[in-house]
Amino acid sequence: MPQDIEWPRNDYSRVPYRLYHDPELYAREQERIFEGPTWSYLCLEAEIPEPGDYVTTWVGDTPVVANRDREGTVHAFVNRCAHRGAAVCRAARGNVRVHTCIYHRWSYDHAGNLRGVPFHRGIRGEGGMDEDFDMDRHSLRKLRAAIFEGVVFGSFSDETEPLEDYLGPMMRGHIGRLMGRPVRVLGHQRQRIEGNWKLYLENLRDTYHASLLHEFLVTFGLDRATQKGGVEMDARHRHNLTYAHAGSDRDEDARAAYGRQQVRAGALTLRDPRLLEFRREYEDDRNLAISTVFPNAAFQQLNNSLATRQVQTKGIDAFDLVWTYFGYADDDEDMTAHRLRQANLFGPGGLVSMEDAEAIEIAQRASRREAGTTVVEVGGKGEISDRAYRVNDVPVRGFWSYYAELMDIEPPGAVR
Amino acid sequence: MIEVEARLAIADLFANYGAFLDADRLEDWLECFAEGCRYEIVSRENLRRGLPLALMLCENKDMLRDRVVSLREANEYSVHTDKHVIGGLRIKEPVEGGFAVEADYAMFQADAEGTGSLYSFGTYDAECELAGGAAKFRRMTVVVDNWNIPHMLSTPI
Ligand code: FES
Ligand SMILES: [Fe+2]
Repeated sequence: MPQDIEWPRNDYSRVPYRLYHDPELYAREQERIFEGPTWSYLCLEAEIPEPGDYVTTWVGDTPVVANRDREGTVHAFVNRCAHRGAAVCRAARGNVRVHTCIYHRWSYDHAGNLRGVPFHRGIRGEGGMDEDFDMDRHSLRKLRAAIFEGVVFGSFSDETEPLEDYLGPMMRGHIGRLMGRPVRVLGHQRQRIEGNWKLYLENLRDTYHASLLHEFLVTFGLDRATQKGGVEMDARHRHNLTYAHAGSDRDEDARAAYGRQQVRAGALTLRDPRLLEFRREYEDDRNLAISTVFPNAAFQQLNNSLATRQVQTKGIDAFDLVWTYFGYADDDEDMTAHRLRQANLFGPGGLVSMEDAEAIEIAQRASRREAGTTVVEVGGKGEISDRAYRVNDVPVRGFWSYYAELMDIEPPGAVR
Repeated sequence: MIEVEARLAIADLFANYGAFLDADRLEDWLECFAEGCRYEIVSRENLRRGLPLALMLCENKDMLRDRVVSLREANEYSVHTDKHVIGGLRIKEPVEGGFAVEADYAMFQADAEGTGSLYSFGTYDAECELAGGAAKFRRMTVVVDNWNIPHMLSTPI
């Protein structure tokens, strides 16, 4: 039983490997996290601008549709026919006036209400449904949908606090900074990573690995831990932001720091340096800001490469990572070309992200039968709090503390 | 009608292209491209929807060289061996100094323990130029049909 999870320490500085491999826990996560009191990222409003536009997506293992009705309101519902369970929307995206299931042609409006049942009254008085069949009681299962700065979130639970409160001032600030202007979607990427979804959520909160695993960052002088930066979390430590300021360290310091770690700071230069050019476009001079929203999303800026990332669980040992790249509606042609060029940094083939998939897959593979725990204590143990320096993994402990709370598997005297 | 020599030169180019990638001879693979080349891997989905985002984009040969240097010197990725099977060469229409061409590919991948899988399949949509009896790619757009990329995308396709 999940309740017998033993955390050796109450500050989550040791994490049992079992958490990445136990199918019972996975089932419980679906129920308590993805269908629990959380807001999951669904899509950008810019992907469904017109009435009738829809996208299909997933919240955990559950297929979900987000769409826009004739009045412009965005709704979300489970993509599973109320009749016999077939997926109602089969295309990845599209535009429809009504959603009609192909199996027996039940049809639904954009809010997910059942509107039509063929042969409801039978044919020539024969067949059909019983008199007491109530259309109103056979809608698609609905999610609450909420929008913040053009980002559409959905929640299965009536208990979930309002989206703005759930995000908190820190995340609202970061999402507002990136999404506070009309955006234009440049395209999507998707990759299937053979690892437990939580390994990725940890990876996103682990500033320690960034410039060690992603050697490109340091070798080509794009980003290094000697830069001014740090990590911030919301009050409940479930979301996080990692950031760095452009040009805030000296080459000599970086070379000295990395020389000892066998990482060659600034050892190589690009023949086409435009890949690394930073065009400042916000009030601050941050050239790196990557935030994660519990449980399934990340919002990314590195130089001028902007994207959201969504995690879709595919069983205990796999997940899909969906990247949505965007620019701003008022970008000129040159800026769009610049963003498309810098998209090379991220995604399945990203020069600073392909390593994450490999790190996750080798961790998943090697830890399958391990009864012990990982070590999470860079930046110290104990209290979970923001750091104004970069070499730390404190937000990983923040993730586990909220995870354990929702899963009801907190250790005695748990740090939150 | 395209001359037989030109057709053979283009077929050789595709054969070398796949063989160099499979043998991890990325520096030799670079020589399949003309100086002013553009190399791009795109998903069928983005292409269909008219979205410009690529999975990998090298707007000139220097960017392609940078990609290879990065793979050699800076990136970490799965231990793998690739096998390209390329067929169905279509010479489409003449363009200045060469031809627009298409071919289909399937690319298999074996891991460090010899376990294999179908990694990628799709279409090469390209422009070749012919000079001195040899062909080079002036533009190569790899259109990936199974665009949910397994694991990660390291070695070019
Ligand atoms: S399953 Fe959808 S109409 Fe029957
Ligand atoms: Fe990473």
